[in-house]
Amino acid sequence: MLVKALIALVTVAAGIGAALLLYYILNLIAERLPGGWEDRIKPYLLILPAFLAIVVYLIYPTVLTFINSFKDNFSRNWVGFANYRSLFESSSFVKGTLFNTLLWILIVPAVCVILGLLVATLADRLSPQGEKTAKTIIFLPMAVALVGSAVIWHFIYDSEPAGSTQIGLLNGIRSIFHQGPVAWLNTSTFHLNSVLLMVILIWGQVGFSMVLLSAAVKGVPTDTLEAARMDGASERQIFARVVIPQIRGTIITVFVTVTIGVLKVFDVVYVTTDGNFNTDVLGNQFWTQISTFFNYGAASAIVVIMMAALIPIMWYQVRHFRAEEAA
Amino acid sequence: MTDTVTAPAAASPARKARKPATHFDPNPAKAGWFTRIVLLVICVLWLIPLIGALVTSFRTTSDAANTGWWSVIVHPSTLSSLTLQNYSSALGGTQHMGTAFINSLAITLPATFIPILIASFAAYAFTFIEFKGREFLFLTIVAMLVVPNYVAFIPILKLYRDVGLNGSFPAAWLAHIGFGMSLAVYILRNYMSTLPKTVIESAKMDGASHYMTFYRLVLPMSVPALASFAIFQFLWVWNDLLVALVFIGPGNNEPVTVALTGLQGQFGKGWELVTAGGFITMLLPVIVFFALQRFFIRGLTAGAVKG
Repeated sequence: MLVKALIALVTVAAGIGAALLLYYILNLIAERLPGGWEDRIKPYLLILPAFLAIVVYLIYPTVLTFINSFKDNFSRNWVGFANYRSLFESSSFVKGTLFNTLLWILIVPAVCVILGLLVATLADRLSPQGEKTAKTIIFLPMAVALVGSAVIWHFIYDSEPAGSTQIGLLNGIRSIFHQGPVAWLNTSTFHLNSVLLMVILIWGQVGFSMVLLSAAVKGVPTDTLEAARMDGASERQIFARVVIPQIRGTIITVFVTVTIGVLKVFDVVYVTTDGNFNTDVLGNQFWTQISTFFNYGAASAIVVIMMAALIPIMWYQVRHFRAEEAA
Repeated sequence: MTDTVTAPAAASPARKARKPATHFDPNPAKAGWFTRIVLLVICVLWLIPLIGALVTSFRTTSDAANTGWWSVIVHPSTLSSLTLQNYSSALGGTQHMGTAFINSLAITLPATFIPILIASFAAYAFTFIEFKGREFLFLTIVAMLVVPNYVAFIPILKLYRDVGLNGSFPAAWLAHIGFGMSLAVYILRNYMSTLPKTVIESAKMDGASHYMTFYRLVLPMSVPALASFAIFQFLWVWNDLLVALVFIGPGNNEPVTVALTGLQGQFGKGWELVTAGGFITMLLPVIVFFALQRFFIRGLTAGAVKG
């Protein structure tokens, strides 16, 4: 173990050292250039490493993924739309994977925003100490890896055969009322198991939404609230007509951010059901195609489907940024 | 979920706390019993899963398999049978969570430090130097914020295979540098553009080079933004499973997330060991979270609320 730690330490030092050296060399190059060129070239040298990283790890792979989605499983021969056709002709993909992903997108961001707003608004009325405690508790799961969350939730959802002692809390509660155990994560009636997996992600993400929305709620100018109160508005009316409109921007930001994350969800499903019992989602299907079927064509097509859903968000992002810069 | 867009945008220095309620209006929206109960219920619901797993991680094999974790709370007399054995078995021996912990550190530290270094240079150029194509190049970065890292796995896997990088630490570093870069540049540039331009210009008048201005002025002034991105990147890399699974995989160099997944599949029923592994995985992020909570939350809020 000590040897292992030493090797790791040396590797880390070498990696960081190499990064520092890179900038030292870039600066040296810039300084050697004749007069006017130094200033002209320098900004490009400064952004070069950042751009190189983005080009190698995002732009070039995006193009290649698009191309690969029209090729066979080892990306050798062109197959036209065959990958897409076989995906969309498979009912387990359309009615299972794709539909489940849609459910995740419809449910998780909305619940995160609503719960986050609820906690933010209610905690705002507590004493500062109480507010801090409540928020820390809700926020804590954000520090936990999704793999860890899945392990943690096992002790809520677990199901043992009827007759033996239950070690999952839900079935433990059922046994108090002399009800038989339910195999929660195997039950896909009304997508119950997918919803239970969503609960794990929601548990981890509400903290994020709460922190952003709480800051927004606190940022609402007090005079607008007082003016509404003087006009005789009830607390509920003030919340709906005064607070909500003023924090709309943050609500959209949270919603968009969570949606992007949910579209890519993988860990939770992979470590709990691995997509069985009709819980599959795009992220997990991607991994199944790579690791089980070695089908790079289908996996690429799945990523392209994911990208297609993200392009409107990308367009919105760029437009929003330009508008803000102009303001 | 760290590939987010505006999420951990940097703390803007200009935020003010809400004004206190005026004397003729002593905060009419104070917490009633209803508010308190709703919050209490939510907090308890949030803690129950954590408590269940935490308790299990200290139980013996037969206890964990034969009784619910709540029995420890219902029958406090069984508290004495709790043990630390699971942690020592998970760390050493054949479960090698200890080695995985070192691997996670070796992956996470450079994967956090290097992107910050690279991104802060780029952000400096984008903020303080005029050059041709500046707007277009930055808009490209904004657009890249949304691109999922899924696009990279197959092409980069092949690229790594050609250069023999698969399974090594640098394979993971480089991937995390690439995936975190657009967010890092975006956050740091947004923060740097709120810094007083006059200070930087006067430094230039006094003949300071770009490197001097960067090291002596801009970098120290950007510490809040650097810290908040560092925390995010750290948590993201430490907690990542997919990138590690694709580029490193199970084996000698596996990080804690991959090791924990293996532990879970391997034992099926040895849940007391899996939970101990789970809490070993969580240890560092939770410490970082509690130690730097203020930075973390401030970083998360200000910039995004701008939206």
